[in-house]
Amino acid sequence: MTQHLVVVGGGMVAQRLVEALRDRDVSGAWRITVLAEEPRRPYDRVALTSYFSGRDAEDLALGDPALWDDPLVTLVRDDAVVTLDRTAKTVTTAHGRTEHYDHLVLATGSSAWVPPLEGADLPGVFVYRTVDDVAELRGYVERLSKDRVVKGAVLGGGLLGLEAAGALQALGARTTVLQVGTHLMSAQVDLGGGEALRRLINTLGVGVRLNAMTTRIRPHRRGGVGRLDLADGGRVDADVVVIAAGVRPRDELARASDLLIGERGGVVVDDTCLTSDPDISAVGEVACIQGACIGLVAPGYAMAEITVDRLLGGLSTFPGADTATKLKLSGVDVASFGDAFATTPGALEIVWADPVGGVYKKLVMSDDARTLLGGVLVGDASAYASLRPMLGRELPGDPAAFLLPEGGGGAPELELPDDAGVCSCNNVSAGTIREAVTEHGCTDLGAVKACTRAGTSCGSCLPLVKKLMTTELTKQGVAVSSALCEHFGLSRAQLYDAVRVSGLSSFTAVIERFGTGRGCDICRPTVASILSTTSPAHVLEGERAALQDTNDHVMANLQKDGSYSVVPRIPGGEVTPEGLIAIGSVAQEFGLYTKITGGQRIDLFGARIDQLPVIWRRLVDAGFESGHAYGKSLRTVKSCVGSTWCRFGVQDSVALAVMLELRYRGLRSPHKIKLGVSGCARECAEARGKDVGVIATDKGWNVYVGGNGGFTPRHAQLLAEDLDTDTLVRTIDRFLLYYVRTADRLQRTAPWIDDVEGGLAGVRSVVMDDSLGICADLDAQMDAHVEEYEDEWRATLEDPEKLRRFASFVNAPETPDPSLAYVPERGQSRPATADERAAALRGEPVLVAGTTLEVRS
Amino acid sequence: MTALDVAPAVSGTGSWTVLCRLSDLAPERGAAALLSDGTQVAVFRLRDERVFAVQQHDPFSDAYVISRGIVGSRRIDDVDVPTVASPMYKQVFALATGECLDVAGKTPTRGLPPDLRPWPVRVRDGFVEVVS
Repeated sequence: MTQHLVVVGGGMVAQRLVEALRDRDVSGAWRITVLAEEPRRPYDRVALTSYFSGRDAEDLALGDPALWDDPLVTLVRDDAVVTLDRTAKTVTTAHGRTEHYDHLVLATGSSAWVPPLEGADLPGVFVYRTVDDVAELRGYVERLSKDRVVKGAVLGGGLLGLEAAGALQALGARTTVLQVGTHLMSAQVDLGGGEALRRLINTLGVGVRLNAMTTRIRPHRRGGVGRLDLADGGRVDADVVVIAAGVRPRDELARASDLLIGERGGVVVDDTCLTSDPDISAVGEVACIQGACIGLVAPGYAMAEITVDRLLGGLSTFPGADTATKLKLSGVDVASFGDAFATTPGALEIVWADPVGGVYKKLVMSDDARTLLGGVLVGDASAYASLRPMLGRELPGDPAAFLLPEGGGGAPELELPDDAGVCSCNNVSAGTIREAVTEHGCTDLGAVKACTRAGTSCGSCLPLVKKLMTTELTKQGVAVSSALCEHFGLSRAQLYDAVRVSGLSSFTAVIERFGTGRGCDICRPTVASILSTTSPAHVLEGERAALQDTNDHVMANLQKDGSYSVVPRIPGGEVTPEGLIAIGSVAQEFGLYTKITGGQRIDLFGARIDQLPVIWRRLVDAGFESGHAYGKSLRTVKSCVGSTWCRFGVQDSVALAVMLELRYRGLRSPHKIKLGVSGCARECAEARGKDVGVIATDKGWNVYVGGNGGFTPRHAQLLAEDLDTDTLVRTIDRFLLYYVRTADRLQRTAPWIDDVEGGLAGVRSVVMDDSLGICADLDAQMDAHVEEYEDEWRATLEDPEKLRRFASFVNAPETPDPSLAYVPERGQSRPATADERAAALRGEPVLVAGTTLEVRS
Repeated sequence: MTALDVAPAVSGTGSWTVLCRLSDLAPERGAAALLSDGTQVAVFRLRDERVFAVQQHDPFSDAYVISRGIVGSRRIDDVDVPTVASPMYKQVFALATGECLDVAGKTPTRGLPPDLRPWPVRVRDGFVEVVS
């Protein structure tokens, strides 16, 4: 039986939808009624400006007019829908026509927004939205210009405002654009681009006033509009005013019928363009998709195609908006595409500007300067066509070459400009790092670090430093080694495989077989980390103890004065009052500085190495275990309170977080791993800032991967949707172990995903589709990890041999380190500064005490 | 077996002082020792039973932590020189001479020299002794 599709709205997107449905619905499953408010067939609104250059309204017609003669298509014009009854599944028009629908599509678009200004209703004030608006404007200007030069003003310096200004200019009006903000086209181009654009617009004879807020529109004594008053006290004479201050989605029908509306308006739809009512879709500018209404036609067309596909039983989803725009104004070449404002975390901007020639070009690249994320081209947008398809892909060769005018000389040699800051701790630029290789002969990372100081503080820029160095070395013809250090020619991932396949379980055996020498502070902890997952044993078991960094060796975090901090595990951040009191009493007894961490637990600072076993005896007896805050391993699983208490929660996020933390606790990895679980889409656990973030949905869990804070913050990306808990856990198991097996040393999940062949899609195919056939192996490895987990601290306390490592002095195990000194601050103690120690030694009255508050001055 | 032959002579006329049993030291790790004048020494035992001692104070961090560093080796002139890396900021020192082999991009605090002071050390009758 033929079903009835009713489309509300007769714009470009509605036209595309009808066209696509009639094209694909060969069996005639759907008949279509389009209810349009405007008195004409859908037309090319994007080309409205050309209407000024003499074209007839009919020239703007879209597609094949025969579409509207199709017997399955009914176009009702000049009759706006005024009511929607979702229960009866009917819509009723202003002329009293009622249509019953099987499926409804809202394609009502948006309307020009007119700010609440005094005088906005005067004759001569226009908006710029429909053919009728434009026709009236044209008639008005033509009437006035019979006896004088017409002065025009455009409120709004965006895309539409500039097109309107061009149109007024074409009609012979002397036009000024008034922009409230700091630069033109501020939604698409940055300040530099806006400045270049202003100069270009000026050369057309159009005036531009920036930071110009209109406060009211005043009438002329002859009638009609006369002038504008500005907030800064200035005034602009104008015979005609075009308001192009933005658009608002036409979501009245949806609001009146209680469909879900976006925060800033628009009908909320999911990636299949369905609204909160499964019998109603919304497409085009009225749809709030992925959190925003998009005022561009290309994403609207994509939504129309998706809706048609879904109506015919397909499975397509909205891929994300292509927000590329190009200004359609003769003589002014402007294009903006992708992430033009470099809002992507870590994005790099490469700018080329020629103020004399009126050219400004910018490319926005990913943080490794390889992937094109967006760009702004002003004055010369010739590269737009070739660059736009490259969005999200690695640019071949040097991105700067795309910015230089043709024949403008050789492109600079590298992706990052020399003055781009790489190490912000030590203020080291890319150029300095290149010079370390080219001028100072550095051939490895250590040498570059020593030469430039880059990466010597927090170290988070090291991957970028390494890439810059590698590129320079490759240019010099030097083969770049992925060797771990001087003792191993293999990379970490290769070594992991070698160890796993060979089944070796000791460092001595591994270095004899695959390396040389005695090892170092790089390869020893790396091998210890590898062995911990290929052949699990206690961190202090036999030879393993000699491989550990001091943090893993004493299972605490070394602080600047040589003391340590202690972090008991508090899974999911859930703690009993008794537990809190136990931690508090330990801190009190040992005089430890106490601070809540970002991972929802408690850090106790200032513990001497010889105090660690005593402190942990107390903590273990109170039911606590190691929190592995010291390890390159799972740290915490942060959670919100979830559906057990929260009015908005849809799943029990705390229970899941506790389960995940207990499952992955102690899992050693190339770098620290953090997880988060949020009980609803409000995301209070900030899970998308974690390596693995889980967010509850009505149907299950969405899992995101590759997020982190720190030097280069990254939001986690969606790996899979609506998983049940078992599938979720298996997915995280595999993701984590695939990372543990193949990441580089000290590489967090975000850059690792970038390095995996195929990126996120590559990771997904390995962990969800088992494209490498390793999932059974990964599952077995994780099961073994869970099975063999033991609390490192409890095991240490039970072994007198291990406890001997915690002596302060081998010849005076009971004597505290006399070098430690503390001063009180805000009710707790902190390490004394060098000046305070010196003052105390001179006998000056500075309160300096050891950890246990014995005065040592 | 002693390492006395590779440690440079120390000025003064100290005498050998027993620190501990060799078996008190874990192989391939260090331990701190406290001399009678309050000086802190870092003592290391390698797998081949060689023993080294250097100052416990780390000139780069101004903390007494050298004994807690990771022991290893660095190839210099075709010889694997035994090393320790500071646990604080990862400078690498030769265990035998105290020489700083890698400043890791840092400079010592308070104008201190980057090298560690080495201590004459020997093992006699299963006891580790230094000159103090």
